[in-house]
Amino acid sequence: MEILVCVKRVPDSSENEIEVNPSGTDIERDDLVYSVNEWDNYAVEEAIQIRDKVGGSVTVVSIGDEDAEEVIRREMAMGADNGIHLSDESFEGSDGRGFATILKAVVDQGNYDLILTGAQADDGAGQVGGMLAALLDYPYASLVNLIDVLDGKRIKVGREIAGGHQEMNEIDLPCVLSIQTGINEPRYVGIRGIRKVASIDIPIKGAGDLGVGTETIGAAAAKVKRQDYFVPELGEGAEMLEGSTDEIVEKLIELLKAKGGFK
Amino acid sequence: MDPVLTSPAHSFFLFIPAALIYLLIPLLGIGTFTFIIARRSAPLIRSKPDFRWNRFFERGVYTIKYWLMQYKQPRYRLAGVLHILLFAGFLILGIRSISLVILGFYDGFVFPGLDGWIGHVYSVLKDYMATIVFVVVVVAAIRRLFFMPARYRVPEKYGKDHTAEAILVLGFIAILMASESLFEASQAAAQAQAGAAAEFIAPLSLPWFFKIALLWTPLESLQSIHLVSYFIHDVTFFLFLCFLPMGKHFHVVTSLFNVFFMKLNKGSVKPVQWGVSDEQLDDLESFGVKNFEDFTWKHILDFYSCADCGRCSDNCPANAAGRPLSPRFISIKGRDYCFKHYPLRGDFVSHEPLMEGTYEDDEIWSCTTCGACEEECPLMIEYIDKIVDLRRGMVDEGNVPQSLQKPLRALEKRGNPYGKMEKKRADWIKGDGFPEDLQVTILGKKETADTLYFVDSVTSYDDRIQEIGRATARVLFAAGEDFGILGRQEKDSGHEVRRFGEEMLFQALRDENTDAIRNSGVRRIVTADPHAFNALIKDYEDLPRVEHISQVMARAIARGKLNLKAVENPELIYTYHDPCYLGRHNNLYDTPRDVIDAIPGLRRVEMDRCRDRSFCCGGGGLMLFYEPVEETRMGKLRVEMAKAAGADVIVTACPFCMVNIEDAIKTSGLEGQMVAMDLSELIAAHLNG
Repeated sequence: MEILVCVKRVPDSSENEIEVNPSGTDIERDDLVYSVNEWDNYAVEEAIQIRDKVGGSVTVVSIGDEDAEEVIRREMAMGADNGIHLSDESFEGSDGRGFATILKAVVDQGNYDLILTGAQADDGAGQVGGMLAALLDYPYASLVNLIDVLDGKRIKVGREIAGGHQEMNEIDLPCVLSIQTGINEPRYVGIRGIRKVASIDIPIKGAGDLGVGTETIGAAAAKVKRQDYFVPELGEGAEMLEGSTDEIVEKLIELLKAKGGFK
Repeated sequence: MDPVLTSPAHSFFLFIPAALIYLLIPLLGIGTFTFIIARRSAPLIRSKPDFRWNRFFERGVYTIKYWLMQYKQPRYRLAGVLHILLFAGFLILGIRSISLVILGFYDGFVFPGLDGWIGHVYSVLKDYMATIVFVVVVVAAIRRLFFMPARYRVPEKYGKDHTAEAILVLGFIAILMASESLFEASQAAAQAQAGAAAEFIAPLSLPWFFKIALLWTPLESLQSIHLVSYFIHDVTFFLFLCFLPMGKHFHVVTSLFNVFFMKLNKGSVKPVQWGVSDEQLDDLESFGVKNFEDFTWKHILDFYSCADCGRCSDNCPANAAGRPLSPRFISIKGRDYCFKHYPLRGDFVSHEPLMEGTYEDDEIWSCTTCGACEEECPLMIEYIDKIVDLRRGMVDEGNVPQSLQKPLRALEKRGNPYGKMEKKRADWIKGDGFPEDLQVTILGKKETADTLYFVDSVTSYDDRIQEIGRATARVLFAAGEDFGILGRQEKDSGHEVRRFGEEMLFQALRDENTDAIRNSGVRRIVTADPHAFNALIKDYEDLPRVEHISQVMARAIARGKLNLKAVENPELIYTYHDPCYLGRHNNLYDTPRDVIDAIPGLRRVEMDRCRDRSFCCGGGGLMLFYEPVEETRMGKLRVEMAKAAGADVIVTACPFCMVNIEDAIKTSGLEGQMVAMDLSELIAAHLNG
């Protein structure tokens, strides 16, 4: 099976103290460390496991400036066979639809049976996967937490529903899936793994290579524009219980009883 | 002395001269034994190199101490004494047994040197030794069968217990003792009946009793007993010899070598591969142990040498907390794997993945590398290096628990496992209640100092542990030390990174720290974190002298630089918990105790498990992130031990011990009754003025 996984380089929320810049247009990016978006990492692991089971290849694609190469390489160290780095000044400022347009061009150039994205990105809106499927006119399943390869034409995918319920669907290939965390346990990639793939060439493709019209992408084509960026003010409503552990527990039980949460 | 009885060498067996048979038996026995040893050597030859051909004088001294003198045996009193007696018996009676074997085809043989008075002394000695060994065998058998210590039990998942093998071997030894004694006693009885001179038999020894019992036995019967006991001894001797390499009694053969080639640098970790420098590591195809043959020859010799005594697991905190790790079975499973894949007959099956079926992931991640198992092993078997090598193999395959991946990534990006910002690494110096006039210097281009205080990650970033950092700084100020810290230049020491198998990340951290330390121009490093202390000494190279804060404090107290006031509440009872990486791995047991005892009026008790038998609090560094499968927490067990000792205050000298023990006091519901305190905090609180 030929699998394409779309990954994104994001500031890691657990390793950064995110602050909004003074002009309120973006976050402070000076002292940030980046990594591959967590959901995407699960998607790559899933792709590798499927390939190891049924054969084929895994290609990782990412849109971004020269730094994006770092995450592509990391995913190749995990076991992905190929990497494609999409980089072009005209890509800057694209909205979800713009990115989906760029990715569609990559899919069109290949022969992929399965396209995986993360369910969402740390700094995203969770829209590219669905838009990509729509542009391709492929079937789409979101929030997938289980994949079962049936034959070369169909796969079975699972989705967790609120309340711990599980839904199973059959879906025709080729298709696009957005992957939920927890679908697997992604393998660890150390410095040694990255060094092993350090010399592999990762082709860089721009709008021209992809045959994407620059009028369909970039800031000019974006139909969604960010208006503001801020940290909401802390509201009222939180009550800090004080006292010894026993007293706190007692007060909490009283409160829960009073509000009907406890019978 | 004219022998009344016909000697084995002159007897006949169905017209065949017995001497011929008694020549064939040793030839066959030695031939078989050599064949077995050759087969058993095969995996050692196919395994990875291990450099042990050095420091021969030291090795000789340790061999005398641990092998010949059996230094570690009495740590378990009864079993140890029994073993020492058996071992002495083996050494002394070995000579007798070998000369008996030769007597079968070379009548009247005496070892050179044993023909004069020395021979008579030896004869008495061996009579008593045989008696002692016989009694020990009986006691050991009774103990095994009726009062079996819990540490010999085999958990169900690991199969049947090893009592049958133990009893069989005791049987072999008993037969050897009895037949040797009967052989001698029947001769002596015959001589006595004939009124002829006889070799002196030591009174109240086994042959002496036999001789009395045989005094009225007819001569023909004595002759038969004499020859039959000889035959039994001869056959048993070689059966026993060839049985040794079949199981846990292989240690009888391998122990001498295992002790001689023991690991000399405690607390260090073996290189990824001996003979491969750090620069060449990138060329290695694979890291760590993935197949059995990835172990070093010494580690396979360890498997052969395990006597299954269970002392390692009896002291293993992971085992005590119900984690799926029992060091004893690291060895036993390794040996079972080896025997199965390298059989005495048939083809060798090599290069099968080890982690599938032999060891489990959780088992290998469960180890805190506290070293209690190695401290206890009478045969100097190593566990930490094997665990680290197995982890290296798993890391190389990407097989790392999710709980550890996050801190490892953070260490790679931020130089600390919490993913906190580098620029905040020195924020602890501005904490609550820290005297404003005490300005901790951050070393850099302009600022220099004589001493570097290496803080490490947990003390830099953990809210509670930062207090230990501030206490340490106050003590250093009080002692008049000219010191500074590296601030954002400092990275995690990488101590656990290396011990969790992420060698390349460790080396990156080490190189950054080494550069920062060398550029700072300091002449000495002080740390209050035993893990950093151990890393800087054992894992780093070419650094200035490294000291633990307890050493600095002890010296300052001795020189009158630290003035300590009397303890406020003399009713409180203190106990000291030895951190593994200060005590066992670096032999600092007395220094921290001396520091505590320097506080006037302080009452201190010892826990049952203290000093080199200290019980790990639960582990430090990355171990704080690992989510083990366990029944209870090590820290909880440790707090119970402190309670049993009657302590109100647990003093420790390690930030991770503090995290674990303070946590355990809370979860054990002992908050308000018991407190944990770092040595630096204790001293800082008792500074005069």
